Parts: sequence; C-alpha cells; structure tokens
Amino acid sequence: MKDTTNKPVLLTMRNIEIEGRSDETWSPIIKGVDLTLNKGEVLGLIGESGAGKSTLGLAAMGFTRDGCRISGGTIDFDGIDLMKASEATRRGLRGKRIAYVAQSAAASFNPAHKLIDQYSEAPVQHGVMGRAEAESDAVELYRRMQLPNPDEIGFRYPHQVSGGQLQRAMTAMAMACRPDLIIFDEPTTALDVTTQIEVLAAIRDIVAQFDTAAIYITHDLAVVAQMADKIKVLLRGDEVEEADTRTMLASPKQDYTKTLWAVRSHARATQPPVEKGTVPVVSVKAVTAGYGPIDILKNINFDIHKRRTVAVVGESGSGKSTAARVITGLLPPRQGQVLFDGKPLPPDYRQRSRDQLRQAQMIYQMADTALNPKLRLRELIGRPAQMYLGLQGKALTDRIRDLLNLIELDPDKFIDRLPSELSGGQKQRVGIARALAAEPKFIICDEVTSALDQLVAEGILKLLDRLQTEFDLAYMFITHDLATVRAIADEVVVMQNGRVVEQGPKDEMFQPPHDPYTELLLSSVPEMDPDWLTKLLKERAEKAS
Amino acid sequence: MTILIKLLWIAVAIAVALAAGWLFRTAAIAVSRGGLRKALRTAPLTAAFGMLVILLYILVAIFAPVIAPFAEREVVGGQFLPWEAPYILGTDNLGRDMFTRLIYGARNTVGIAFMTTALAFAIGSILGLLAATVGGWMDQFLSRVVDILMAIPSLIFSLLLLTIFGTSVVTLILVIATIDSTRVFRLARSVAQDIVVMDYIEAAKLRGEGLWRLITREILPNAMAPLVAEFGLRFCFVFLMISALSFLGVGVQPPTADWGSMVRENAALITFGDVTPLLPAGAIALLTVAVNFVVDWMLHRASGLKE
Repeated sequence: MKDTTNKPVLLTMRNIEIEGRSDETWSPIIKGVDLTLNKGEVLGLIGESGAGKSTLGLAAMGFTRDGCRISGGTIDFDGIDLMKASEATRRGLRGKRIAYVAQSAAASFNPAHKLIDQYSEAPVQHGVMGRAEAESDAVELYRRMQLPNPDEIGFRYPHQVSGGQLQRAMTAMAMACRPDLIIFDEPTTALDVTTQIEVLAAIRDIVAQFDTAAIYITHDLAVVAQMADKIKVLLRGDEVEEADTRTMLASPKQDYTKTLWAVRSHARATQPPVEKGTVPVVSVKAVTAGYGPIDILKNINFDIHKRRTVAVVGESGSGKSTAARVITGLLPPRQGQVLFDGKPLPPDYRQRSRDQLRQAQMIYQMADTALNPKLRLRELIGRPAQMYLGLQGKALTDRIRDLLNLIELDPDKFIDRLPSELSGGQKQRVGIARALAAEPKFIICDEVTSALDQLVAEGILKLLDRLQTEFDLAYMFITHDLATVRAIADEVVVMQNGRVVEQGPKDEMFQPPHDPYTELLLSSVPEMDPDWLTKLLKERAEKAS
Repeated sequence: MTILIKLLWIAVAIAVALAAGWLFRTAAIAVSRGGLRKALRTAPLTAAFGMLVILLYILVAIFAPVIAPFAEREVVGGQFLPWEAPYILGTDNLGRDMFTRLIYGARNTVGIAFMTTALAFAIGSILGLLAATVGGWMDQFLSRVVDILMAIPSLIFSLLLLTIFGTSVVTLILVIATIDSTRVFRLARSVAQDIVVMDYIEAAKLRGEGLWRLITREILPNAMAPLVAEFGLRFCFVFLMISALSFLGVGVQPPTADWGSMVRENAALITFGDVTPLLPAGAIALLTVAVNFVVDWMLHRASGLKE
C-alpha cells in the first residue's frame, strides 16, 4: 500500500442524493453520501446488491443510468463542477480524464470490431493521439497488462480472446488516455478464481504505475482488501463507515460491517463416515459424455450418499454442469451409467418414469430464469405437488403453505405473488420450495448462491443445511467458490477438463498434499489479508524460477 | 390563404381528436379499477383516441340496424344524389343511401377482418409454438411449408385461390387466414425459440410435463405480449387486404355493403371532384390509424421501455 493522504484532492462529492423512477414516483437510491478521493488513491466501495455502489460510482462521472437523476449535492472533479458543467464538458471528460471498466467485458466490447480499433477510438476522438500512435501505445499497454502476444492480440475480435484477457484488454482501453480516475465496476466478478488473480494483479500494477486514482466497486471483501487504500461500506444508499483498509479489516466499528466480516466463518460440522456397504443414492459409474464429436466428461466416477453433500468444484468449462445434465437425463452419456438407489436410470429423461423424475430435483443458478415469470407462487410451487402426489383443492393449498413456511416466507403475503415481486434471495428460496414440493431424495444445486450477496447466500446455505437433516436429502453441490464448499460440503470432487483430478472427504481436501490443480485452485481464493496477493505472487514467481 | 385555412382545419381536427382522447381516458379511468386502471393512467392521448375510435366502430357494427336510417340493400332514390336530407351523405350508383351502407360496411368489413385475424392467429401461433417446442423434423417440416407459402406474393396467391374456390365469405376468411397465418407462424416460432431455452422450460420438461401443458402454461403466457401487438398490426393488414380484394371484385360480393367495394362502385364520382367515394376509404384509414396507436402503446408497455 502506498501513502496517498498528502496528495492533492482529485474528486470531492458532497451530500450526493440520487433518485430512481419507479411507477410514476421518485424514490431515493443514494441518500446523502460524501466521498473524497486523492490523486493516485484507490477507494473500495462495498455493499450488497441494491446498496447503490454502482450508482454512486457512475455519479462520479456526472452520469446516471436511465430513469435516475442526481437530485442533490455537489460533485467537484479537479476544480470542475460536474453538476453545473454542460453535457459537452462532461462528455469531454469521460474517456479522457475519467474512465469506466464494466463488470462484463464480454458484453461491453462491440463484437464487430477488433480490440485495437476499440482501443484507439477514445484517444483519437479526444484528440490525444493519432491513429498510428494510439496503436503502438495499445501494444505497449497490452504488454504492461501481461497479455500474451501483445503485438498481435489487438488484432483479434472480442470472441477470439478469453474472458480474463478481455477484462485486461478493457482495463488497458480505459488507460488509453491516461485518465486521472478509473471506475472499476466489479471487474472480476464474472471470472474464475484462477483467472481473477491475474486480472487483479494486472489492474493493481497499472494503476500504481500511472498513479491513477480509482474507485473499485465490488461485493467481495477479500478482493477489495487487495486492491484498495481505503474502504467505504454502503448499505441501502447510506454510508455505514469509511476507513483505510488495514483499520477497517482489523477493527470494523459498525455492527453491519462486523456481520459482513463474519460471514465467512460458517462451516458445516464433520459428519461421521458413511458405513461400508450402504447403497449410495446416486452413483455415477464410468460416465463419458459430450456434445457432438467432443467428449466433455471423461470417465467420471462418484457416489452421493443419503444426508450427505458432495461439492463438485472446478472452473468454468471443467464439466461440472455437464455432469448434472447427465444425472438428470438431459444429456444421455456415451458410455457408463447413472445408478439411483443401486438401480440403473434410463439415460434419457423422456424414458424415465414419473417417480424417477420426482426423486431427483434441481435448483438452478439463476432463479430469474428458473421460475416462469408469468406464474404465481401458488402454481410454481403447487404444480409438482399436484402432479406427483395428486394433491387437489384444500390439501394442495395446505401443502403450498407448509412449503412456504419451510422456506421462511409468510404464506399469507407471498402465495399469490409473481416472481418479479420477490428479491433475489426470495426467488432462490422459491426454487428450493419447488424442488422440495416433489418430495425428492436427491437435489442438484447448480451454483445456487453465486448470483447472491454474501449475507443472502449465507441464509440460503443454512436453509439447505437444515432441510437436509429434516428430510434426509442427498445434495450434489456444483460451485466454483471454495468458501461455499467449506460451508456446506461433506465430500469434494475437483474437476478439470472433464476429469476428476481429486476426490475425498472435505477435511482431507483442505489439507496438503494436493494435486497441483487443487493446489492452484485453493491458493487462488482471495483472503482477507491485505498482503495476500503480494505474497502469493512472490511465492508463485519463486516457484517458477 | 386557402392553404392557411386548410392547415387551421387540420390543427382543429387534431385538437378535437386529442380532446376526445383525453375525455375518453378520464372517463375510462373513472369506471375501471385495479390493473386496468393503472395501465390506462399511463396511456398516451393517441392511444386513448385509438381506443375511443375502435370502441365507436364496434358499437356502430353491433347497433347498425338501429342507427342506420334505411335498410342495407334498399334502393331509396335516384343515383348519385347530393348530400341532402334525408340522404345525409347522398346516394350511390344504384340509388342506395350512402350513410346506411357505410354503417353496414363497418359490420361486414370489420367483422370479417376480425374473424380472419383470429383464425390466422389460432393456426399460426399454435403451429409456431409447436415447431419451436418440439424442434427437429417437426420444425423443419412446418417451416419449409410456410416458406413455400410465403414465396408466392400474397395478393396474387389469394386472387388465385379465390378464383379456384369461389368467392363466398367463408372461403374469403379461410384463404386470407391461411395466407396470413404463415406470418404469425414465423413470429410465434421466433419468440418461442427464445423462451424454450430458459431454465424454467427445462425444469418443466424434467418434471415430466406434457407438450400441451408446456405450450399453454409455460410458453404461451410469456409469448403473449408480442403476439397481441402483432394481432393489432395483422388486423390492419387483413382489413386492407379484404378491401383490396373487394375493390378488385373477388372479395365481399354485392349487394353486401363493404367499404372496399363501395369505393369501386362509386369511383366514377371522383372524376367530378366529389369526395363521397373516398368516405369508405377514410373510414378504413381512420380505423387503421386508431389500431396502430393502440398497438404502439401496447408494444411500448410490453418492451418495458420508459419514455
């Protein structure tokens, strides 16, 4: 960390109020927040979704999303009053002196143009550099961002480059005019842990090299601990507290901040080992499967027992979700089979009996797309109970009410709501209720918490934990987040490129010695220690040399 | 000077139309409740005017015998009489009352157009959803049949079919509905293709839901908004198509009153600078514009765009 307290002030936001429009009325999103940023300083903005992090970050550019307005306060950027400045002045600043890096680089790049063309756009537009100069500068920055083949990579199209590289190219693009301030809006949230490390290191280096100030928006505390000089915590549009990173991590003052810090401590108690000879609920035997000519899964074996949770871990593309599709019958395997209670399941779900379908249920990652937006909870949850168990009329309504109680939603209030009238966590709970309504023995949870904030995710994990003991369920838990594994799993299966590289009880998995890939995965999970990234990079450099 | 006066009249007409729309909206908000009331509040004046016009057409169509001063096919006086009482809009080429024929024309033309559009949607959307949901050979087969039908220009194709099968109202409805259902099929299929890849459809399939329930409960409610908007547009096209066919002589047959054939029958008057033959055309134009105002508003709501 560098000392930036004595540097001149770059950005001052005083008593900012921002309102959003919904149903004809304006409701507050940011309720009077102050923000000061010195030159070369990195501020971490954290809070759960809906806390107003991104809105505040965008306001630092004098910009609001459609349907929002800045209703009060002053924004002073290096002597320019952004509230009073004309739109032309503000447009002149954006891209040149203030830049923005969005969460999803894949969605933010224009897929029809080469990376280097998009890089050159801002400098040429603002008259900072000529076209040829911008291109040679791009190569220089790509090199500094440690992109492979910096001389050539700019001439590729966005889809020809991996997600982590794209995010780095985007950061380089933001750097093109050497801005005074960059706003990073969750730049690594969509990336795997192993890729995240590279992007974090690259961003941190380049910001330090050019002495750029930055606002780093994220919901991941461990990430912000690596990146920021000081941290500001937001809750529902209000500031909770602000302090420099070390003070904040060591001794948070406010209760809300303390609960954020405490989240990561939940861990499931170790279960006694499964008795020899018990028949597993689900058994995947020598399964090879894939789409077209390519095998995505190669000779996979694992068992899932009653009342046990098996976590399947790996980065995207490792075949975790494909394994789930084989078990549910969406993708019949090329070789091998899936046993349920010791009996083989038909490979295609269309050949399975209604009872076989009932026994294995699934909870999806995105509750938004997993619940039909036009159906009310009564039908969403009631349908499986009606279909499989033949419940009708009052018995059905009673069952729906029981299920809503189980997932801790008040039946009187929620039974006739549409999914759009629920929060993210509530939607995921409804997804759980729908799975439970079938009275299954086995549930596949596909990244169920990755779209949720930590506090909400914690609630979901605890709920799943409770339901497991109550109904003797077996879980298959697909995740890329090792904190979740620690919280819920009994056994871990680590996958890479469609193979199982390591499997065993959780406690063994977190103890060395590891398979090299498991080692890489484990060591890549950010820790709260602000020196963690520096240490890790040093260790890896030493190992390599 | 005359141009200025004409412009003034146009301005007055627009002002009156908007005022009528405003009055209608206020009245509609007062009598409605719940979700409808909330929706009406956000309706722009153009949409309110459109709804008012559509409502008037429907009322006229239903109560035609009550409003019309004469019978539909009654010869009441000389040919091409001027606009004088009791013939408010004069008489046509056979001496029938023009005003009466206009009112009955609403019943026939609008009624036939509505039935045709409804039939086109029933056929097109069911097959379109089926093609998207089942996929594979079913999709291939239906889509290729539709491609073949769409490859033939629709006006010429309908002229051909009507010449083969004769020109009764039933064949007219069937022929135009079949031709138009191909367009609905394409829309329904492409909308449903986006929906069938959603997780909730996968969840329903894994639950073991049958095809019928999958289409009616899971896919159709989510495809409704674009289909309803398309219904409005398609209605206008069908309407114009029937009028065009009537004008060409293969649509609604005389002596039934129909706006398209009314223009043709009285076309001779245009040479004398008389606007009477253009009145049915104006009635068609007004309804088309009104329907489009309402459809625009619905599309706007369905796409969730803010103003």
